[in-house]
Amino acid sequence: MNKVVANAEDAIKDIESGAVLMLGGFGLCGIPENCINALVKKGSDKLTCISNNAGVDDFGIGLLLKTRQVKKMIASYVGENAEFERQLLSGELEVELIPQGTLATRCMAAGYGMPAIYTPAGVGTEVAIGKETREFNGKTYLMEYAFDADFAIVKAWKGDVHGNLIFKETARNFNPLMAMAGKVTIAEVEELVPAGELDPNQIHTPGIYVHRIFKGENYEKRIEQRTTRKPL
Amino acid sequence: MLSKEQIAQRIAMELKDGYYVNLGIGIPTLVANYIPAGVDVVLQSENGLLGMGPFPFEGEENADLINAGKQTITTVNGSAFFDSAMSFGMIRAGKVDLTVLGAMEVNDKGDIANWKIPGKMVKGMGGAMDLVASAKNIIVAMQHVNKAGESKLLKECSLPITGLACVKKIVTELGVFNINENGFELIEKAADVSVEYIQEKTEGRLTISSELKDITF
Repeated sequence: MNKVVANAEDAIKDIESGAVLMLGGFGLCGIPENCINALVKKGSDKLTCISNNAGVDDFGIGLLLKTRQVKKMIASYVGENAEFERQLLSGELEVELIPQGTLATRCMAAGYGMPAIYTPAGVGTEVAIGKETREFNGKTYLMEYAFDADFAIVKAWKGDVHGNLIFKETARNFNPLMAMAGKVTIAEVEELVPAGELDPNQIHTPGIYVHRIFKGENYEKRIEQRTTRKPL
Repeated sequence: MLSKEQIAQRIAMELKDGYYVNLGIGIPTLVANYIPAGVDVVLQSENGLLGMGPFPFEGEENADLINAGKQTITTVNGSAFFDSAMSFGMIRAGKVDLTVLGAMEVNDKGDIANWKIPGKMVKGMGGAMDLVASAKNIIVAMQHVNKAGESKLLKECSLPITGLACVKKIVTELGVFNINENGFELIEKAADVSVEYIQEKTEGRLTISSELKDITF
């Protein structure tokens, strides 16, 4: 069992224009930097991107927005990106805003083989418009469908050749959920090791969900809000 | 009138030992600075952490360790990481004891509007809709009036709703309000403002508690 590909270019080589992608990360934390750069280079456009955020102007998904490769963005919060705002206001970009927990759970449902979930998030708001509702124990819930994505692109801390993944700290976020949800899942990792080196007790995502894995390079790991406290 | 820090300090008095607490962005974040001595609480950050610690010392920032406001943070003894589905799972299942949020408007039925202003760039609801739909105990920290001097405690929200009938308590610079079937109930007021002033600045239905007292720290 060896799912290792040479690099990001190789991993994303069949992502054609019009593909529906899931991209892991929260803000700029735990985003698949190498694959995003490779997608910019490949130039596939009319992409639908499902990701919690849309990066910043010159990093993360912001890079794909700058080159106008994104047709539709599905996210919970898109606040830090001026180019995004410009494309949204000019009508170049479609945007669907989804409550963060709903976004996560729709990924989860796809990975668990469930067609839909019920959530109270958004009941009575514009998010509920046109959606089926149902009452359970006197409380109203919205039905939300599992996502259907062609590719999930995730970033992990460590992985092995079988595709088993371990995430680090809050860089975990949406990554393991999306890893389970893609028809094809691509994982880029900081450390790629032979089978047997990762402790099976510590695996977050079993390799069955991962189709391609490679060791990423030159991680920038940009910090959006650098906050510190004074020395004591 | 209460400063933002005093609003946070008053809300911190609602914390109980053993609470799991989610603090939103803005004034709610400041609540962490006023946790009373002897009260042990665990802060939840919805991007996937229980046991959020203070900001790191300079030079110790870690890009992989941030809070939901994307700020660099630290862990504490006993912290745990998890994915975003589990994070909202524990919120939805009512495991988080207290949620503190900011708001643009709240009405006298406890509906909250805090995610969108028509005509302005919409940034998204983030986790706010999930939190307000599920949290069993929500306290709103907000300014009583907007920049035009108009009440933000309303009969009906004018802005798009984030969630229905979910707010239980509000702390503003003027006072502390419960929300019950009669609307807002003033239970504590800033020492330097009158009940009449608060009535004038509150558009929604307002009752005054028979046990009304001044806020003291």
